Amino acid sequence: MTPLTSLDRPNSYIGRSVPRPNAKRLLAGRGRYVTDIRLPRMLHAAFLRSPYAHARIARVDVDAARALAGVHLVATGADLAKICTPWTGTLDHFKGMTSEPQLPLPLDRVVWAGQAVLAVVAESRAIAEDALELISVDYEELPAIVDLDAAREPGTPRVNPAGSSNICFRAQLDSGGVDEAFASAAHIIEEEFSFGRHTPVTLEPRAIVADYDPDGGMLTVHHATQTPYQFQDLYSRHYRIPEARVRVIAPDIGGSFGLKLHVYHEDMAVVGLSILLGRPVKFVADRLESFVSDIHARDHHVRARMAIDADGRILAMDVHDATAIGAFSTYPRTSVVEGNQVIRLIGAPYDFKSYRAALEVVFQNKVQTSQYRAVGHPIACAVTERMVDLAAARIGLDPFAIRAKNVIPDDAYPTASPTGYRFESLSHQVCLQRLREIMDYDALRAEQSELRQRGIHRGIGIATFVEITNPSPAFYGVGGARISSQDGATISLTPSGEVRCAISVTEQGQGTEAIISQIVADQLGLAQEHVKVITGDTEVTPHGGATWACRGAGIGGETALQAARKLKANILEIAALVLQEQPAALNIIDGEVVNAATRQPRLAIAEIARIAYFRSDTLPPGTQAQLTVSHHFAPQGYPFAFTNGIQGCYVEVDADTGFIKLLKHFVVEDCGRIINPMLVDEQVRGGVVQGLGAALFEECRYGETGQLLNGSLADYLVPMAMEMPDIVIAHVETPTADTALGAKGCGEAGTAAASACVLNAVNDALAPFCASINAVPITPARVLEALGRF
Amino acid sequence: MSSDIDEAEEAVRVRFIVNGRKVACEVAPRDTLVDCLRNSLELTGTHAGCEMGACGACLVRLDGRAVHACLMFAVQADGARIDTIEGLSESGDIADLQAEFHRRNALQCGFCTPGMLINAHELLSRLAEPSRAAIRDALSGNFCRCTGYEAIVDAIAAVADARAAKASQKGSPE
Ligand code: FES
Ligand code: FES
Repeated sequence: MTPLTSLDRPNSYIGRSVPRPNAKRLLAGRGRYVTDIRLPRMLHAAFLRSPYAHARIARVDVDAARALAGVHLVATGADLAKICTPWTGTLDHFKGMTSEPQLPLPLDRVVWAGQAVLAVVAESRAIAEDALELISVDYEELPAIVDLDAAREPGTPRVNPAGSSNICFRAQLDSGGVDEAFASAAHIIEEEFSFGRHTPVTLEPRAIVADYDPDGGMLTVHHATQTPYQFQDLYSRHYRIPEARVRVIAPDIGGSFGLKLHVYHEDMAVVGLSILLGRPVKFVADRLESFVSDIHARDHHVRARMAIDADGRILAMDVHDATAIGAFSTYPRTSVVEGNQVIRLIGAPYDFKSYRAALEVVFQNKVQTSQYRAVGHPIACAVTERMVDLAAARIGLDPFAIRAKNVIPDDAYPTASPTGYRFESLSHQVCLQRLREIMDYDALRAEQSELRQRGIHRGIGIATFVEITNPSPAFYGVGGARISSQDGATISLTPSGEVRCAISVTEQGQGTEAIISQIVADQLGLAQEHVKVITGDTEVTPHGGATWACRGAGIGGETALQAARKLKANILEIAALVLQEQPAALNIIDGEVVNAATRQPRLAIAEIARIAYFRSDTLPPGTQAQLTVSHHFAPQGYPFAFTNGIQGCYVEVDADTGFIKLLKHFVVEDCGRIINPMLVDEQVRGGVVQGLGAALFEECRYGETGQLLNGSLADYLVPMAMEMPDIVIAHVETPTADTALGAKGCGEAGTAAASACVLNAVNDALAPFCASINAVPITPARVLEALGRF
Repeated sequence: MSSDIDEAEEAVRVRFIVNGRKVACEVAPRDTLVDCLRNSLELTGTHAGCEMGACGACLVRLDGRAVHACLMFAVQADGARIDTIEGLSESGDIADLQAEFHRRNALQCGFCTPGMLINAHELLSRLAEPSRAAIRDALSGNFCRCTGYEAIVDAIAAVADARAAKASQKGSPE
């Protein structure tokens, strides 16, 4: 007989793979996405978009469009500027940062090809689009700054004529000792890297229905977003509607990954259009609009140097990251967080002292970039891990051996990175060992060399990573952003003895509602099906940060845990009065109050609810049963809960065609306490595949005039089932001591290291050819170019 | 110009058998089948992800074959028998696929899921025991941004096995 574990306790759900209760609806086609919503008297918006990357709007003629039957409104930038205050995507803690103020629609200048210029609201989307055809706009073209390097050159025309240069932000880090370390190094590795732009491509595009009721002065927005509270605050402030009269509802969301937490001009405009018309207005970006108006991400050029000693120990790193972000910085989270994380995460898994980095964030005439899954991580990881592999090759060490020599030892915690990140407890050494086992590394190497004899070129790549999760107010709050790092829950025992938990973290399919119900059921002592979780409505749950930066389990989960413990204490207090016992002598198991020592059932919690709600007269005088509890939790202690892990992959490169086949992928991941192992694995797999897409396929390609050349799902390649490998996952659990739950995050882990891994594997495969690639995505053309065959 | 628009808007009456019931609706000649299903018939389980045949979110069964509802005008489907995710759910035809997807969490946001199920259903009706590679190949027109595909492949493979086991039990003498 296997020994009993904590999972054998009744109602123990923490650590258990249970299916998501809310997934059945989606499987039956009963999801309710914003795309599906239809309200009475609802109208539809469509936007005329700029064909130029940079131009002055000289003249606009909308008369014919206004006259078309079925058209209710044609709105210009000036119309919306009358009711909406401008926004600026800067934060105070990014010293010296600049960005142009933004309005829903431009007044006189467009700054990227695809920018919304005018809005039409009509009885159907089709009529609105017909009306767009009737609008004529005269543009005077201005010089478009497209390329990242061109934008940085002195004397280049400015993206914003009012600005003094194309620089949005600069930052520097220097731990000291860098020059000395390089002077004394046995070897110096130098490399340049480039990372293309890509975009989240959620399958459900951005969607919003704004519904302004002029009589009640009440705005309701059905918004496909991760962060309803952030938008409640923004709509309230920019349209000057009291916050309590703004309600944002995020129903089922068809994927987000960071895409749906930024302010988009069209979304702000739709709110204004509804206010101007006093009717519900809907806008769903079609796929072509998504490509030119959703945030993009990455777009970095990195120069890196690494100093190592004769034994292969890393002594120092010196890096420069230049990144281009579009014509302005995204609101309210800015477009500089990615670069900032790149320079702070480079080298993070390794034990060395001397680090210097410079970051340069520049404007260009393209759509805005901002936070997308694993912000900055894939770039920091690819640069670091490729440099480590180059160092290993220089001195003839195996990739595992050089990492084993350099990772921060598991017994060295707490410690800090040379960039100032404080690490509570990471597990690089044990992860490295686990990866070696699950890959069966030695056998793979043997197979690789045997196949090489036969002209088959396989490569093995590994990449360690550190992931940032559970951010404290140090992330946005200190910079003045009204983005909460705390969450809140209201939890009730209902009159029939069930539990209802309304919580501010949100669901986009990752399983937030499932894990919250697991935690609540576990802590209160009842079956999971008796817990109903409600998310995504600012009118119903307390204010909170919602779901981003992997905070759902760590912060949301801890909020639910603490709220459930409070409610349990209140239930037991009433039970103790009814049973004439001490609360400490009682417990709850399976919805029954039991004797804590003997587990003998005494009274159903439904009975306590009945008495408290309907027969309070039978309770001792002065008793006020509190069967609803509201509770907030803000992370304290470490500013971030760092997690870590390592990935490996096995690829085959066709040296004649440049095609890369992904054979197998491996992940060892430490996200702290695991609440639902199946959901964690699925987060990791989904994340890996997004990283693999970035590694091999995904790139927003622009022409010289700033036109996006591949802005459709037929032209922009995304990873499909056929090209993706099976992914083997193993876990190490190092819970954080900052919370009772001990959970950190796992949503970025897969994406963080997947492209680094593939980059190393492809270079490993190309080693016999003395060819090297340091650009992502690794397209067949780049492979052939590296092989000198193109 | 505006007379063109009036013409485009002229409604045409079409009839289908949708999920086993006869329906008639008025559509504009330019309305796609996916718009007609979602808007006129309120069958919002069929999704639109690209409207150009690249993502598979809009797959429905038309006269027994999986087709992209975004690539077809509603008027072209006049007279057809159409089954959507709603009908397939109610009939129980794909209950085993749905249960296995649920058990293995082969969906996250669920936006690709109706199209995936319809494609999986079609695959298993053509091929009793597809290999994993054949399943991956069959799904190559269904984009999923969330799952990484592996759980979907696993779920379909498990259902294929279970159906095959059931069929062989039935076929073998007691
Ligand atoms: S919407 Fe039809 S294939 Fe994408
Ligand atoms: S589950 Fe979200 S697209 Fe597949």
